[in-house]
Amino acid sequence: MRTSPPLLLSWTAALMLLASPAFADGPERVPPLTDPVVRAECGSCHMAFQPGLLPAASWKLVMAQLADHFGEDATLPAEKVAAIEAVLVSQAGRSQKGEPSPRITEQRWWKHEHDARHVKPERWTAPDVLSKVNCVACHPRAERGDYDDD
Amino acid sequence: MKPTSALLAALALLAALPVLAASAPGARAAILDGFAERARAADPGFEGFDGERGRALFEGDWGLGKPDTPSCTTCHGPDPRRAGQTRAGKTIEPLAVSVTPSRFTDPDEVAKWFFRNCRSVLGRECTAQEQGDFMTFATGL
Ligand code: HEC
Ligand code: HEC
Ligand code: HEC
Repeated sequence: MRTSPPLLLSWTAALMLLASPAFADGPERVPPLTDPVVRAECGSCHMAFQPGLLPAASWKLVMAQLADHFGEDATLPAEKVAAIEAVLVSQAGRSQKGEPSPRITEQRWWKHEHDARHVKPERWTAPDVLSKVNCVACHPRAERGDYDDD
Repeated sequence: MKPTSALLAALALLAALPVLAASAPGARAAILDGFAERARAADPGFEGFDGERGRALFEGDWGLGKPDTPSCTTCHGPDPRRAGQTRAGKTIEPLAVSVTPSRFTDPDEVAKWFFRNCRSVLGRECTAQEQGDFMTFATGL
């Protein structure tokens, strides 16, 4: 039997529909970050985030603004910036609809997983958390890319 | 000294250098010498480093850089012998050499963090005098 082009198209559409709500729930696991340079240079102020947590367009925004990195100076030599960006972009997560944000915590799936139904608002300012970016405070295996805490 | 023995002595010194630099005190001395050289080049009246000026830099509430980081103590805490915490909640090992012996032993790391942190707190790079003063402070605690 030959698959007609319209059927093929609708198959793709169906797959996309299946895939996007799944991602709106957030990944349970992302591949761990193994590159030693990225681990060292992007892991001194917070956990070195796994590339799969942001789409490529978002990583490019992050790497273009290191002198004013979310309120801090995180400047690196140009050759290191290029090497790090190459790793992050090549292993980046799926691209998202709309304007790319440089924040993981502004991704639609992240906001959904961390809304008031899942996380009590006062948790964000507790002394052991301090920042939404402190993933390891709530996800003990976050360094390995494992966010499935059940 | 005969020229050959002078050459041999020089070679022996050269061979010993990496060993010296590989030890933490040797590496620190080389970094501090570098600051002194640059401070002298900037100001012929340079009179050496002063740990008390380093303390003042560390404790000052400058607020001249980025709004969230008015002072070195914002992240390192008030006592360099104790651990600090980044704004993202990650622990920073103490800056005092007596507690964290690896401090001021990697010239690239030292340069990178002075560059960033001085810009975040003071809104400008630190001078060689300021970096040497601070290093003297953190080494003497
Ligand atoms: C000098 C410290 C420092 C370094 C070095 C650093 N970061 Fe950050 N980063 C921060 C701070 C502070 C925040 C914001 C924390 C907050 O909003 O509570 C942040 C936030 C982020 C965020 C957004 C988090 C979110 O979803 O809100 C990303 C992405 C990020 N950093 C990536 C990187 C990458 C990639 C590198 C390496 C090139 C890096 N960081 C190096 C301090 C740093
Ligand atoms: C204050 C605690 C807290 C912090 C901080 C936090 N999370 Fe979460 N996270 C949660 C909770 C609670 C859930 C919901 C778990 C559930 O429904 O099983 C969750 C869910 C997730 C999920 C989905 C997991 C799954 O099983 O589907 C991912 C992925 C995730 N978080 C990533 C992150 C990342 C990345 C960061 C840091 C940028 C972060 N989280 C910071 C508490 C936190
Ligand atoms: C925004 C947070 C922050 C501020 C503000 C800050 N630092 Fe740091 N500093 C860090 C982090 C993070 C590191 C790297 C982590 C580590 O080395 O343990 C670091 C490392 C250093 C180092 C590297 C020492 C070594 O050899 O390992 C020096 C020196 C230093 N800071 C001095 C200062 C001085 C001086 C100031 C004030 C002008 C200052 N810092 C302000 C966060 C900060």
